[in-house]
Amino acid sequence: MEEIERHQHDVLVIGAGGAGLRAAIEAKRVGAKVAVLCKSLLGKAHTVMAEGGAAAALATVAPEDSWEIHFRDTIRGGKGMSDWRMALALAQEAPARIRELEAWGALFDRTADGRILVRPFGGHTHARLAHVGDRTGLEMIRTLQDRVVALDIPAYMECTVIRLLKDGPRIAGALAYRRATGHFVLFRAKAIILATGGAGKAWLVTSNSWEYTGDGHALATQAGADLIGMEFMQFHPTGMVWPPSVHGTLVTEGVRGEGGVLRNSKGDRFMFRYIPEAWRAEYAATEEEADRWVAGHRSARRPPELLTRDVTARAIVQEVAEGRGSPHGGVYLDIATKRDPEYIRRKLPSMYHQFKELAGVDITKEPMEVGPTVHYIMGGVKVDPETQESTVPGLFAAGEVAGGLHGANRLGGNSLSDLLVFGRRAGSGAAAYATRAGAWASVNEHEIEEAVRAALAPFERGDGENPFAIHNELRHLMQHKVGSARARAGLEEAVEEIRTLRGRAACARVTGGREYNPGWHTWLDLHSLLTVSELVARAALERSESRGAHTRDDYPREDPELARLHIVVRRDADRITTRREPIPEPPPELKQILEGKKASG
Amino acid sequence: MAERVFRVFRGTRERGELVDYRVEASEGMVVLDALHSIQARQAPDLAVRWNCKAGKCGSCSAEVNGSPRLTCMTRVDDFPANEPITVTPMQAFPVIKDLVTDVSWNYEVARRIPPFRARSPDFPDGSWRIYPYEVERAQEFRKCIECFLCQDVCHVLRTHGKHAEFMGPAFLVRAAAYETHPLDVEERSSYLKDEGGIGYCNITKCCTEVCPESIQITDNAIIPLKERVVTRHYDPLLKLVRRIARH
Amino acid sequence: MQASATLLQERRLGETLRRDRWWAAPLSVALGLALFGGYATWAIFQGTNYFADPYLSPFYSPCLSSSCPGEVRLLGFDWWRFSPAVLIMWVILGFRGTCYYYRKAYYRAYFIDPPACAVGEHRGHRYQGETAFPLILQNSHRYFILPSLIILGFLWYDTLRAFLFSDGFGIGVGTLILLVNVVLLSGYAFGCHSLRHLAGGGVDCFSCARFGGARYRLWRGVSFLNRKHALWAWVSLIVVCLTDLYVRLVASGVVSDPRIL
Repeated sequence: MEEIERHQHDVLVIGAGGAGLRAAIEAKRVGAKVAVLCKSLLGKAHTVMAEGGAAAALATVAPEDSWEIHFRDTIRGGKGMSDWRMALALAQEAPARIRELEAWGALFDRTADGRILVRPFGGHTHARLAHVGDRTGLEMIRTLQDRVVALDIPAYMECTVIRLLKDGPRIAGALAYRRATGHFVLFRAKAIILATGGAGKAWLVTSNSWEYTGDGHALATQAGADLIGMEFMQFHPTGMVWPPSVHGTLVTEGVRGEGGVLRNSKGDRFMFRYIPEAWRAEYAATEEEADRWVAGHRSARRPPELLTRDVTARAIVQEVAEGRGSPHGGVYLDIATKRDPEYIRRKLPSMYHQFKELAGVDITKEPMEVGPTVHYIMGGVKVDPETQESTVPGLFAAGEVAGGLHGANRLGGNSLSDLLVFGRRAGSGAAAYATRAGAWASVNEHEIEEAVRAALAPFERGDGENPFAIHNELRHLMQHKVGSARARAGLEEAVEEIRTLRGRAACARVTGGREYNPGWHTWLDLHSLLTVSELVARAALERSESRGAHTRDDYPREDPELARLHIVVRRDADRITTRREPIPEPPPELKQILEGKKASG
Repeated sequence: MAERVFRVFRGTRERGELVDYRVEASEGMVVLDALHSIQARQAPDLAVRWNCKAGKCGSCSAEVNGSPRLTCMTRVDDFPANEPITVTPMQAFPVIKDLVTDVSWNYEVARRIPPFRARSPDFPDGSWRIYPYEVERAQEFRKCIECFLCQDVCHVLRTHGKHAEFMGPAFLVRAAAYETHPLDVEERSSYLKDEGGIGYCNITKCCTEVCPESIQITDNAIIPLKERVVTRHYDPLLKLVRRIARH
Repeated sequence: MQASATLLQERRLGETLRRDRWWAAPLSVALGLALFGGYATWAIFQGTNYFADPYLSPFYSPCLSSSCPGEVRLLGFDWWRFSPAVLIMWVILGFRGTCYYYRKAYYRAYFIDPPACAVGEHRGHRYQGETAFPLILQNSHRYFILPSLIILGFLWYDTLRAFLFSDGFGIGVGTLILLVNVVLLSGYAFGCHSLRHLAGGGVDCFSCARFGGARYRLWRGVSFLNRKHALWAWVSLIVVCLTDLYVRLVASGVVSDPRIL
């Protein structure tokens, strides 16, 4: 058997985005020996692409903002599917987490009186997103990365985990390979934090990078953990649609936050027609009122472009379906007629650059063509809200890979605060667990040998399919049958076809050597992609209603029966099983906040 | 659209060659798209590093027709249709395979820079007042996406191989981000002069020319740092003043 | 650290995969500097035809030796035997020679270090950049600011003087040329990188520093000019030579200065 590099850490963090780095910083602070491992280079994780901002009730622009309103906005945006304890922690802790970043060197945009400037975003009652132009994620990840470096936390870069190892019920370690050499690495750890992000690469049109193959979801499934809310995949309403090269690339919601409007091919600001009855009181009734709100008038109500993402994405799909789309199958997002060029370039520099370079569109003069793109998975590993521990002892999850916080629809800006708040909680939870755990769990050498042999198998085959081709088929399948509109027949077919693809992947072949071989990497990623695809399809089958980001053509309405139920998926032996589980009820005082207090000022 | 020829470096540190691939070009195609197309259909083991494909992460750095570029932001139709497009790895770093280079040296340099250290908070709640006009200067440097194209093109590293003596433009930008941060109180000029080797920079501005974020590396980061080093270490008059002030 | 794929490495001077005309820029800089630098040197050593009342060539101001015409003579050093311009040329040479822009220009065009970006250079020498003698002396740039500003003051005085003809106030073509020249030289001098540092570049926190607000505004002003420092450097260099040439032609009687007013 080949030589395997071995390391040992109290806490191993898989993933070096915002959640992973924040978790590592906290684990180190409380005294744990912690290391971070990531598939890419440090600082390239998906957080770097976040644009709009981090939601926190700092109340620097709207003094009437408070954690209560943020809490209510989050629960309402999640269509009641959020775990109230997580939403509460987010709303209450986010401001402190943002200020802490400032102490570590982050430089947010400022108000005139020298405090952190916040901007409006979809579904948030008040201006609430701390930001740096449209590159907030870069600022966050660099600040956290610098902090990790200053604390001398080791980072294993370009290293991918293919298997979690257990000793009885508890976590014992992880088996990984180094992308550069193709050599295997064994990490023994008392606690492991999954901070692997999402799974958008299972779909065709997505804003996600190649890393988003659902590794954490698949690893947790393999380890036997429960996952919840997997049917909720967020379609961001505004991705680029043209040219084909950038189809799906994100156009920040910040464009709408700064006053951008959506129009169809007839020039109609169609979002006014899509305001749900329950929200009507909070949104502007006329274009004139919306414009006044953008200009800063407190008496006006916010424009319907700032409805939640699920509503906006569905509206765009419907406009296009009814023949009012743009030439390339999107709608128009226009900020050129709403703000002057200087302002646009200052507040949205990377959008300006992105459209100029890649689409030949000057957004200070012309509208952008946009359409929905797979963006974020609300579902994920079921965790304890205090410690972020999963149902597997010693396995923790934070950030996008964890489920529960965002319910059926995530509000823009809540993911960046999610990373900070729950990254920190996972870090302290895992460190505390590692202290409690005592002796090291043992790893099964035979299991490791098996896993290594399986990983190398495609090199041995003389013949077989190209892994890229299988991945491509999966993306088409998920886009069309498990996409923005779903139905029983399609979902059942999808489950069946995923099984077929799994069989084909098992016979695929990899050419070339083990050193930095993308064909091989893709083949290994296929395992995660197929697993996460099946989890989503099965959960989507189980939720026979339409709610938030999950739309069933055969059940177009919300079902009150399902309103307080999670769909839980997990692996039992070699099958994925689903079950329903009640969502915990908030205590009466919080219920009052959710129902009682008047909406916006 | 037409078929284009891509002449791509295939190989390792020890040996390699330029291999021609024919790719069907589509509208708006960027060089990274072409490399992906080659991977998917012709050479699944073609090594390319990439992440966001939107110019935000700085992973896909390589040299296109000899110029350091982000391949995801380099349009194929920027080059004459009848000529092959050459794609080679960054030269200032050792090749791992094909277009992927070992950039770990950069992360070692980052670990050596004296980190950010904030002055004590202005208010009991741990906050500070920082005004809009004060953040612009440092924010320019904080736009850096660590693509290392400036490191690649800098002749001090690329040609003269001074990796041991010189931190390179990317980390001078990082140092400038700390140094001009309104809250930072750390003193870095000794580090910049001695370990950072700022004197090796002869301000020939290639770093500024290749920066995909249009950071004015030379004028706004390096030269102001050089001036700080002069004030601290070279200026004999100021040295005298400081000596007198001490007594 | 071993650099990358040796088979791709630019080993020889001019070796590159670039296909554009990368040599055009360094070549034109080399020719331009030779032309205007050469003219300036020639003009400075002439010691004649630099004054045509009321115009004084900018290379000769302030005119410090006893050989200077009475109208513009200052101090009148009688021990000086050469062209009076030589007495002050160290200021101009020092200021422009250590200027951050000109350093780039001549390092590329004359030192060929590098000739252009991502283009091979000769590898025989041991590269020391500006860490060792003599190039470490480039750090003296800030010492040339004050003398340069003093000379600039004289040039402004000369420009005002160029409005005063023997028959009173007037404007000639030469007046306008002197005016344009001094404006361009000011734009160049006040956009200096070292001045930018002294103005406020060395301040980290403007809102906490003493006179922070004023220093911020000063820094913004210098930064504005600094953004196009290379352009100011070139245009002011060309115009100062043309100004000298004009005065020289008038003084030697080749052309006569047309009066506008």
